[in-house]
Amino acid sequence: MKLKDVVERLHLSVLTGQDRLDQVVTGGYASDLLSDVIANSRPNSVWVTMHIHENIVAVAVLKDLAGIIIVQGRQPAPETLQKAAKEKVVIMVSDLPAFETIGKLSPLFEGGT
Amino acid sequence: MKRVTEKTFSQSFSIVGREFFDAGKVSTEIKTMLKELGVDAGIIRRIAIAMYEAEMNVVMYATEATVTLELSPKAIRIVVDDRGPGIPDVELAMQEGYSTATTEMREMGFGAGMGLPNIKKNADHFRIDSVVGKGTRLEISISMN
Ligand SMILES: Nc1ncnc2c1ncn2[C@@H]1O[C@H](COP(=O)(O)OP(=O)(O)OP(=O)(O)O)[C@@H](O)[C@H]1O
Ligand SMILES: [Mg+2]
Repeated sequence: MKLKDVVERLHLSVLTGQDRLDQVVTGGYASDLLSDVIANSRPNSVWVTMHIHENIVAVAVLKDLAGIIIVQGRQPAPETLQKAAKEKVVIMVSDLPAFETIGKLSPLFEGGT
Repeated sequence: MKRVTEKTFSQSFSIVGREFFDAGKVSTEIKTMLKELGVDAGIIRRIAIAMYEAEMNVVMYATEATVTLELSPKAIRIVVDDRGPGIPDVELAMQEGYSTATTEMREMGFGAGMGLPNIKKNADHFRIDSVVGKGTRLEISISMN
């Protein structure tokens, strides 16, 4: 599945990395503990989180994540968008809360992460 | 101390404490460098986890640190030497779930108390020495095979 298909199915708004939507996504990971995401997320997954501060960008770069989905329509801080644009990290926003966002995301991938 | 003899590469970096905007920069630089040098992807993943956690601990708890990266055909060795408060009880700090992170840090998603245990888990060799009032020295290495 390509990232653009995920964007379409979940009606996400793409805030940065619009030119990287052709990449393949293999799963997802949901957590708001950065140590958990750093330890347990898999490359090419999308990360579902509430966080909007700039530290989420380095996590996505270090783990080769396909992108970050911020839930509940929260708008990332300007520094976050700046950094994400520079590091070519795709930041997307879902208007739904985490539970519903994950509920729509997870059937797209057999076997979870 | 025993040193790697056929050392092929060594570089130093510095981390500034409390500098959350740049946090993760050194880890990212090291990851990019190892990738360019053609290091195995699985090893890079382990280094990235360990290095990120070590860097964030400096950012959260210390004043500044020097990171030394040494690459030989056999292993990657990283030393993170910080100037800071030190850790009064290292054994306690190594326990999963133990954290002295502030509310502000927890709001940013830090403070799970998973950093040090995960560094250890991802390293083949792990050593931490700390002196209260002076600082903490973390040394890890990961073998190339
Ligand atoms: N470089 C350091 N200087 C001083 N204290 C440290 C340092 N590194 C760790 N500590 C202490 O050890 C505790 C445990 O560290 P650890 O990295 O395991 O968890 P954490 O940083 O609290 O949370 P997490 O890493 O999951 O975000 C910290 O809360 C802190 O009290
Ligand atoms: Mg930590």
